[in-house]
Amino acid sequence: MKLTTLFASAAVALGLAAGGALAQDKTKVGFVYVGPVGDGGWTYEHDQGRKAVAEEFGDAVETVYVENVAEGPDAERVITQMALQGADLIFTTSFGYMDPTINVAAKFPDVKFEHATGYKRADNVSTYSARFYEGRAVQGTIAGHMTESNIIGYIGSYPIPEVIRGINSAYIHAKKVNPDVEFKIVWAFTWFDPAKEADAAKVLIEQGADVILQHTDSTAPQAAAQAAGNVITFGQASDMAEYGPMPRVSSIIDNWAPYYIARTKAVIDGTWTSTDTWDGIGPGMVGIGEISDAVPAEVKAEALALKDAMAAGEYNPFTGPLKKQDGSDFLAEGETADDGTLAGMNFYVEGIEGSIPE
Amino acid sequence: MDLSAINPVLLIASLMVAATPLLLAAIGELVVEKSGVLNLGVEGMMITGAIAGFAAAVESGSPLAGFVAAALAGAVLSLLFAALTQIALANQVASGLALTLFGLGLSALMGQRYVGVKPPQMGRIDIPVLSDLPVVGRILFAHDVILYFGIALTAAVWVVLKFTRAGLVLRAVGENHEAAHALGYKVVRIRTLAILFGGACAGMGGAYISLIRVPQWTEGMTAGVGWIALALVVFASWKPWRALLGAYLFGGVTVVQLNLQAAGVAIPVEYLAMSPYLITILVLVILSADKSSAPASLGRSFHASR
Repeated sequence: MKLTTLFASAAVALGLAAGGALAQDKTKVGFVYVGPVGDGGWTYEHDQGRKAVAEEFGDAVETVYVENVAEGPDAERVITQMALQGADLIFTTSFGYMDPTINVAAKFPDVKFEHATGYKRADNVSTYSARFYEGRAVQGTIAGHMTESNIIGYIGSYPIPEVIRGINSAYIHAKKVNPDVEFKIVWAFTWFDPAKEADAAKVLIEQGADVILQHTDSTAPQAAAQAAGNVITFGQASDMAEYGPMPRVSSIIDNWAPYYIARTKAVIDGTWTSTDTWDGIGPGMVGIGEISDAVPAEVKAEALALKDAMAAGEYNPFTGPLKKQDGSDFLAEGETADDGTLAGMNFYVEGIEGSIPE
Repeated sequence: MDLSAINPVLLIASLMVAATPLLLAAIGELVVEKSGVLNLGVEGMMITGAIAGFAAAVESGSPLAGFVAAALAGAVLSLLFAALTQIALANQVASGLALTLFGLGLSALMGQRYVGVKPPQMGRIDIPVLSDLPVVGRILFAHDVILYFGIALTAAVWVVLKFTRAGLVLRAVGENHEAAHALGYKVVRIRTLAILFGGACAGMGGAYISLIRVPQWTEGMTAGVGWIALALVVFASWKPWRALLGAYLFGGVTVVQLNLQAAGVAIPVEYLAMSPYLITILVLVILSADKSSAPASLGRSFHASR
């Protein structure tokens, strides 16, 4: 796969070189994607954001992207190429691009960088992310009500704070409405590998799970759940509505377009500064997909009430009393987790079994 | 930890499913390499087969038609490789890589209309009595036809390569194309046929992922299986049964490690995640300690004038 990515990105870079010389006056916005734009999930939504930028600014902006870029050294090369080809603003859209982004940014002080879901910033590097864990709270509530086996399967990608936060949030809210609930967590160690994601879903279903939550990018777990029957799932990153009303009963939708447009505008106007953005349901960066009729009306009402409370800022999914997995105190009664704690979350809350891979 | 949650019967049944795409692609590539051609385009042919098979199955309503279309699509794409390397005498490594890139792009284009579409289901065979046997019935006698086809193909390739004249000629071409040519064998024609066979197998392997294992179409959904198949052929020392063993090991360990994770076994997940690669390589390297080696003409272009 490495080789293909290498050649693919080399080919794209050559294409950029050809186009770059002609369009010096345009603002050039680059996007680096971890999966293909047709994954139906994470990368698809980022690309929707890119298209929104292209539409908003028309001829004033040129957008370019490279898909299927492996996290690590490959990413550094692709980002460097983009910067060399005259990009003014580069969005790197996966957690694993964090260090590559910082490294390249140090070499190109005049280029602005935006890294998704990371925590390292510089004068020309902003970070942005969405509070997906708010959506996970809604999913956990529905999952806790809907499960009959009381086993909820969770497909994790990599053990990073982003994913762990989602697991904790879903667990806390499933447990709240169903004290008997149990989470089975499988780490796929990939963002995008439909066959493996489907295998993981099948394994969880074979081991008794009747709800599958996923934190990987493709719709494969939805298809696996559909084939198994009588299992519910949630769209991840994108609505995945084509799998509704069953197995997909709701979804978390990432809406990057407003942010991408705002940041591109800031570059055009020369007002861009390094910022840290972390928006949730309230500002609209996280959307909750239509809850299907497979969910009973009262459960749906409860989930929507929770969503509204979070949107209004009245409720924080991480509100005490909560303990960590090892039994030590996390949050006291009524206390809420601050953003620093959430951003670096590396522990399970009490009740989740198993350990987080290092 | 709760090992009782793992159902060994379902586990073995699903590892066979996980192994089949890999097996099909590896067997095809094995024949290609035995004829002395190195086709690195397996991934591209698989993904093209995946979408061609998916589209044909959706349009016709028949998964079997899908597999036929996938085999055809893989073969047609490999014909491009054959034209480049056998007629134009282009570099095989570069042509193979180009084929992979081309296949990935072409499949993404062809698949635009098929995202989120549900394919017709491939039924499992149902043999009275046998399929109902406890344990053995579910493991051995209740799969889809293609899975058995993969095993039968392995056996057939083994028989042909080892015991038939055709196999002997194919191997001769792969070992020493000049000698084979001097004996009057049509080196280019034989190699082209082998390449077509490899393309058809890879196409079916891809369709197995999009029609049975997942089942859906997603861009880039083979996610590197083609490269693993290529590696598998080398580690299996170009022997069909070892390729089967390797594919089952790789598919098996992949599924087993997911099962162990879900059951909460206290082995660090990092080790579980790398285990399919480690165990497969280890076993096949130990097995290949004998004197088997690559076909001598592997990767070399042939032209009758020399």
